[in-house]
Amino acid sequence: MARVFMKGCEAIAEAAVRAGCRFFAGYPITPQNEIPEYFARRLPEVGGTFVQGESEVASINMVYGAASAGTRSMTSSSSPGVALKSEGISYCASARIPMVYANISRGGPGVGSIQPAQMDYFQATKASGNGGFRMRVFAPSTVQEAVDMTYQAFDYADQDRNPVLILADGVIGTMMEPVVLPDMKSDEEIAAIKESKKSWACIGHPLDYANRAWIQPGQWSTIVQQKCNEEARDLYASWEPEVEEYQVEDAEIVIAAYGISARISKSVVDMLRKEGVLVGLIRPKTVYPFPYAAFDHINYEKCKAVLDVEMSIPAQFVEDVAAAVKERCPIETCLCSGGNIMSREAVIDAVKKINEK
Amino acid sequence: MEKVYARTKTIQDDKVSGFCPGCMHSTVIKLIGEVLEEMNLVEKAACVLGIGCCGLHMDYIAYDNITAPHGRACAVATGMKRSNPDSLVFTYQGDGDFASIGLAESISAANRGENITVIFINNGIYGMTGGQMAPTTLIGMKASTAPKGRIAEEHGYPMHMCEILNQLTAPAYLERTSCNTPQNVMKTKKAIQKAFQNQLDGKGFSMVEIVTSCPTNWGLEPLDALTYIEEKMLPEFPLGVVRDR
Amino acid sequence: METNLCVAGFGGQGVMTLGKFLASATCDSTDKNVTFFPSYGAEQRGGTANCFVVISDDMIGAPLGDVMDDLIVMNGPSLHKFLDTLKPGGTLFINSSIVSDDIAREDIKVVKAPVTEMALEMGNAKVLNVIMLGVYIGYTEVVSPEVVWGTIEHKLGKKPKLLPLNKEAFEKGLDIGRSQRG
Repeated sequence: MARVFMKGCEAIAEAAVRAGCRFFAGYPITPQNEIPEYFARRLPEVGGTFVQGESEVASINMVYGAASAGTRSMTSSSSPGVALKSEGISYCASARIPMVYANISRGGPGVGSIQPAQMDYFQATKASGNGGFRMRVFAPSTVQEAVDMTYQAFDYADQDRNPVLILADGVIGTMMEPVVLPDMKSDEEIAAIKESKKSWACIGHPLDYANRAWIQPGQWSTIVQQKCNEEARDLYASWEPEVEEYQVEDAEIVIAAYGISARISKSVVDMLRKEGVLVGLIRPKTVYPFPYAAFDHINYEKCKAVLDVEMSIPAQFVEDVAAAVKERCPIETCLCSGGNIMSREAVIDAVKKINEK
Repeated sequence: MEKVYARTKTIQDDKVSGFCPGCMHSTVIKLIGEVLEEMNLVEKAACVLGIGCCGLHMDYIAYDNITAPHGRACAVATGMKRSNPDSLVFTYQGDGDFASIGLAESISAANRGENITVIFINNGIYGMTGGQMAPTTLIGMKASTAPKGRIAEEHGYPMHMCEILNQLTAPAYLERTSCNTPQNVMKTKKAIQKAFQNQLDGKGFSMVEIVTSCPTNWGLEPLDALTYIEEKMLPEFPLGVVRDR
Repeated sequence: METNLCVAGFGGQGVMTLGKFLASATCDSTDKNVTFFPSYGAEQRGGTANCFVVISDDMIGAPLGDVMDDLIVMNGPSLHKFLDTLKPGGTLFINSSIVSDDIAREDIKVVKAPVTEMALEMGNAKVLNVIMLGVYIGYTEVVSPEVVWGTIEHKLGKKPKLLPLNKEAFEKGLDIGRSQRG
C-alpha cells in the first residue's frame, strides 16, 4: 500500500470518512481546526454532511441527532471545547447512541495554552460528563495509529452503542507523518450499517406503539433507570484493554506513558538499551479500560522504579499507574505541562538518575 | 351509532397523560397527532422533545421521539434532518428551553434555515421545575424566582421570539397562535399543518409559537387561566402570522 | 541514522513550506521514516515561524528534539533563539542577506547563502525558501535532489507558470550547497 504524508488531524478525518462517517459537526478551536476544515471539503464529495455548529455544545448535539438517525457521526474539539461537549456526550452514553469524538488536547486548566499537552486524562477516563458513564478511550502515539484507531472506533461505537473517544494531543494532531490509509467502505456497506440501526433509529416508523423508536437519555422509572445503569456497567466490564509492552521482562526501570509521551519514551528505551541500561516501556493504547494487568509482567525483584512520563502537572495518568503497581516498587515522575513538549533528553536524564541509585 | 369522533391513534389508549388539569400541552399534542395522521406523516415523524413538561407525553405518543438536552432541540433536529432528510423532524419545546437556555441553538438553526419545524409552547413560566421566571414571563407576573413579580429594571422585558426570529432572512414561516378558544385551537391546527407542509416542500425553518396556560404555576383555576391569556398574555404576545414566504 | 533539522525565520518566508517539501519528498520516494512538526502560535501573521523535520532509518520517537543536527535560519531572531540547540559538529545554514552577525561558536560548520538578495534578483522574493532548500540538499544530500525537485514540481502542479522560476531557484541553491561541501 502506498503511504501518504498527512497531518494528524487530516488523517483522523480521512480515516473517519473511510470508516463510513457521513456526518460531522464541529466548532473552531486550536489545535484541531484541520479536522472540521478537512470534513468541510471532504464530506460533500462522498454525499455526507458537514455543519459548523454555533458552539461546541450545539455541535455535539447535532452529532447526537445525526447518530440517533442511524448515521455514523463524529465531532472533535480540544480540551476546553471538549468540556463544553460533556453534556451531549453524557446524553449519548445514557441513550446508548454510537458516535466518535476526538480530543486534540492542549494545555489547561481553563483556556490554558494552545500548545500540546496531556492534561485531560481525568476528563477523558474518569468523568467525561455527569453520571459516571464510561467509554473506550484510545490514545494514539503515531499518526498511523490515530488513523487505525479512528477507523476501528466506529465499529466499537456501533458494537457497544456507546461513544468512543480518540484522545490525541496537539503534537499528534499537528505533525505530519507517512500513513497507510485503510480501505474506503463502499456506499453499499455504509447503507447496510445504517439499515442495521433502523429498528432503533429516530427516523419514523409505522404506527405501532411497540415498534416506535424511543431514544431516552433518562428514565421516568427509577427501577428501569437502575436496570439501564446495570446493563451499562456490564458492558463496560466486558471491554478488553489494549497495551504495548516493550522490553519489560528484564527491565530494571519501566517507563509508563501514553500517546506522544510514550512514543518519545520508546525511542529513549532504544537509545539507552544500546548503552546497556535495562529499561522498558508499558504503553496503554486504551487508557480506558486501563491495562492494569500489564504491570504484573514487571519483574519487581529487579525493578528499581516505574517512571511515569506525561505532559501534565500535576500528574494524572500516574494515579492509574500507581493502582497497577500496587506499591511493589517506587514510582518516579518525569513531567512537563502548559504546552511544553516532553523532551527526550529529560526522559533520558530521569531514567539515568534512577539507574544510578 | 355512527362514530363522529375518535382520539388520534398517535396517542396510546392505555396511557395516562402526566399533564395537570387545564394544561394546554394535551391540546397541542392532540393537534400534532391529528395533523400527522391527516397528512399521512406518522411513519416519517421524528419528534425532538425539549426538557421540562414538554417531555411528559413521551410515554404515550406512538411516533418516534428523542429527548434533547435542555435547550438543544434545534441542534439535535439539525443533525437528524440533515442526516435523514426523508423524515419529518420537529421539535417540541417550552419557553425556558427554546428562548432561554437554547437561545443560541434556536436562533442559529433559524438563521441557517434548517428544514425543520419548531412547535414552541409559550406559557410564560417554567412548569416542571415549579413556576420559576421564564424569558416570556409578563411584567408584574409572579414567579417562584421573582416573588414580587417580574420587574423590568431587574429582569428586563418578555422576549418575543416570533419577532426576534423575524429579524433573520432565512426563516420561512413564523406564526403565533393560542389555544384559549375553539377558534384559536383550529387556527393552531392549521398553523401546524402549514409548518409541516413547508418542511415537506423544503422551504426551511418554520415555527409555530403557541401561547398557552399553566394553571398550576399561575395559581389560577383553568377557566380563569383562559381569561388571563385573553386579558394579559395576548396583548403582550399578539396573535398572527409574522412571516410567511 | 537520524537527522534532526530545525527551520526558522519570519512568518511569510516560506519556512513551513521548505520543511514540508523536504519531508514530503522523503515520504514519497524513500522507505525512511519522516516527521514534520510545525511550531504553532496564536498569531496568523508575523512573529517567528519554525518547524522541525526528522528523517530516520529507524522509528522516530520525538518529532522535535532539544538537540539539532542541522539548523536553517532565515532571520536574526531565529539565530539567537536556536543556535544553542545545534549539536557540536552540526551544520548551520544562514540567510546571509539578513543575518550578518558573527557566529560565536567554532564547533559547528556554517553554510552561508544570500537567499533574500538572490530571490529579489530573480524577480520574485518568495522563492528564497526554495533556494535555501536547494542549498540544504546540495550540501547534505539527505535526500536526492531529483526526488526533492519531483515533489516541488508535484506541489506546484496547479501553478505551472511558477515551475521554471522555482527550478532555477532550486538549482542555484544546489550549486551553492555543493560548492561549500568539504
